[in-house]
Amino acid sequence: MGPLQIIFLLAAALVLGAAILVVTTRNLVHAALWLIVALFGVAVLYVLLNASFFAVVQIVIYIGAIAILFIFAVMLTRRIGAKDIGPQNNPNWWLAALLALLMLGGLATIFLSWPAFNTPLPPLSNQVDLIAALGKSLVTTYLLPFELASVLLVAALIGAIFVSWERK
Amino acid sequence: MSFLSDPITFIGQWLTNLLLGWGLAPGLVGVITRAIGAFVLAMTGLMLVVFTIIYERKLYGRIQDRLGPNRIGPWGLLQTIPDMIKIFTKEYITPEGADKIPYNLAPILSVVGVLMVWAVLPLAKTIFGTDIDVGVLYIVGVGAIGELGIILAGWASNNKYALLGAFRAVAQVVSFEVPMVLALLVPVILGGTMGVNSLVQAQDVWFIVFAPVAALIFFISSQAEVGRAPFDLLEAESEIVSGFQIEYSGLKFGWFFVGEFLHAFTISALTATLFFGGWRGPGAQEYPILGLLYFFVKSMIIYLVVILMRIALPRLRIDQMLNLNWKVLTPLALAAVMLTAVVEKVVLHYAAAFELGSTAATLLRASAHLLANALLLAVFFGLVKQRTARREPPLVGRPRPVAVPPAAPAPPAVESPHSAMP
Amino acid sequence: MQTIPLSWYLIFSAALFCIGLFGVLSRKNAVAILMSIELMLNAVNVNLLAFWRYRSPETVAGQAFAIMVFAVAAAEVAVGLALIISVYRRRKTIVADEIDLMKW
Repeated sequence: MGPLQIIFLLAAALVLGAAILVVTTRNLVHAALWLIVALFGVAVLYVLLNASFFAVVQIVIYIGAIAILFIFAVMLTRRIGAKDIGPQNNPNWWLAALLALLMLGGLATIFLSWPAFNTPLPPLSNQVDLIAALGKSLVTTYLLPFELASVLLVAALIGAIFVSWERK
Repeated sequence: MSFLSDPITFIGQWLTNLLLGWGLAPGLVGVITRAIGAFVLAMTGLMLVVFTIIYERKLYGRIQDRLGPNRIGPWGLLQTIPDMIKIFTKEYITPEGADKIPYNLAPILSVVGVLMVWAVLPLAKTIFGTDIDVGVLYIVGVGAIGELGIILAGWASNNKYALLGAFRAVAQVVSFEVPMVLALLVPVILGGTMGVNSLVQAQDVWFIVFAPVAALIFFISSQAEVGRAPFDLLEAESEIVSGFQIEYSGLKFGWFFVGEFLHAFTISALTATLFFGGWRGPGAQEYPILGLLYFFVKSMIIYLVVILMRIALPRLRIDQMLNLNWKVLTPLALAAVMLTAVVEKVVLHYAAAFELGSTAATLLRASAHLLANALLLAVFFGLVKQRTARREPPLVGRPRPVAVPPAAPAPPAVESPHSAMP
Repeated sequence: MQTIPLSWYLIFSAALFCIGLFGVLSRKNAVAILMSIELMLNAVNVNLLAFWRYRSPETVAGQAFAIMVFAVAAAEVAVGLALIISVYRRRKTIVADEIDLMKW
């Protein structure tokens, strides 16, 4: 068991545990806090995958912006006086669990029958600067998706402000 | 590589040899030495706060025409130690109904978010925590952990005013991150890399010469990130009674306090590293200990400017702050990034075309960037001045005639019975 | 030194995706449903980056795709939460079962 494997197992256990708590806990603010733990664990996994840029972007965007948005939204939409009464899950939650387990089984079956399932880690060549290559490709090969993503973000920005703007 | 000129590497080698001599596996030895290094770096950060608090209080006193603390220790230099003892021994009062885990986690996250920045700051050529290739973005990321601490503090205090204070604080921190990140892009463009060590190595000429506008924007917006005056609406004692920190007492409040001072010093250190050359100076490449000296001198000078800003300027209101951010700093930062990229490209093209020597090329680059920055500032402030100039208030109606009393009628010629004399 | 085989990442991302799926199908609160969608998007990102790293680390297609997923997730959360807050203002509830004006 190399040290990287131990780190992976710890991080994966953290993420899966936090994810289960996100979908089952009754207190919504606690669910948002467990989501932050899960997102942090995923950032650790990105570092293990040599995608250091993505790890930091995950922390900046997901934890620094999206999770804070979730906490704001939870606090702004609480029912006055209610202490999160009532069940937080549907009465048919067992059906959802069954469906999720079936999906997991199906995915596992597809993966296990794929011959390249157990690929070991190929070495990363030292010459190429990953971030510079990514930046260059975003403005040459993948220019159209990049511009579309920026248009999407502007549309989301304007749309979010407009939808939630209270007209007095 | 003697002890005096390169102490950290010397101690590291000595420790590694000692542990290997005890028979531990090399991987484990690496982990242990790195853990000890991280611990020492964190302790250094925290011990620095003691010194910076004294520095600030004495300076405050002198500017306000008084002496500052001068009883404990020579010239009052040991004043922080009784303050620390006082804060350690205060009682922790947890409000009823507070959520225990976020309540206790919030001050820790505030300080952790600052200490983690010290892991990527190069204190000298060989004294640094680690050298990751996304250092600049990492610094932005750990700022996000600090703001998480704020919102946890506000929510877990079970206090509506703490929550409102936390909302406002998070709005301020998140808003000022935008010009900060944009201003951080300018050294990245100039240095061609995101790693902080490589940026310091690339500063043969300090980046302040190439990008004064970006340095100014970074400095101002990082002041607002910390919550330092004049942006200290987050924890203004006289106005909103400490905002989101209202329910904290004892060492938990002490942690917030320490976090703020450490953050202010870290901002000075970051500005020194990214714009003023960090540890670079005469002789710093051969003797890393000199690099440490230069780093601290530069940081202290910039911290002086930070303290002076706090003492001299009045507090901004939240709407004035956000106006400043969205209407002034963000457009200026965007324009600075675009201008720097264009000028850099043009200068490099011409330097290659005319095959200038390296000194001439640097001179051309510096003058082009300075000119572009000066032009940007002139245009921008011209616009700002024009839009905020005093105008005549618009007339909303026709001017009404002013009431004038009617002219007195001429006295009638009165045939007075008394006029004819009998 | 042993390294992590690809299978571990794939099973992990499948498990995270299914936990997110369970959350989407079984939670009542609309904000909680959005949180579960975020878990699913993160699982997809881990999957993409694992495939990039293990199958073709010299290209950047996987990384570019992952950046698009980041951008789309951020945009979706912003608009989704704005809609939820707007619905809360009108109907004073965000329990998914009670927002049923368009059902017959």
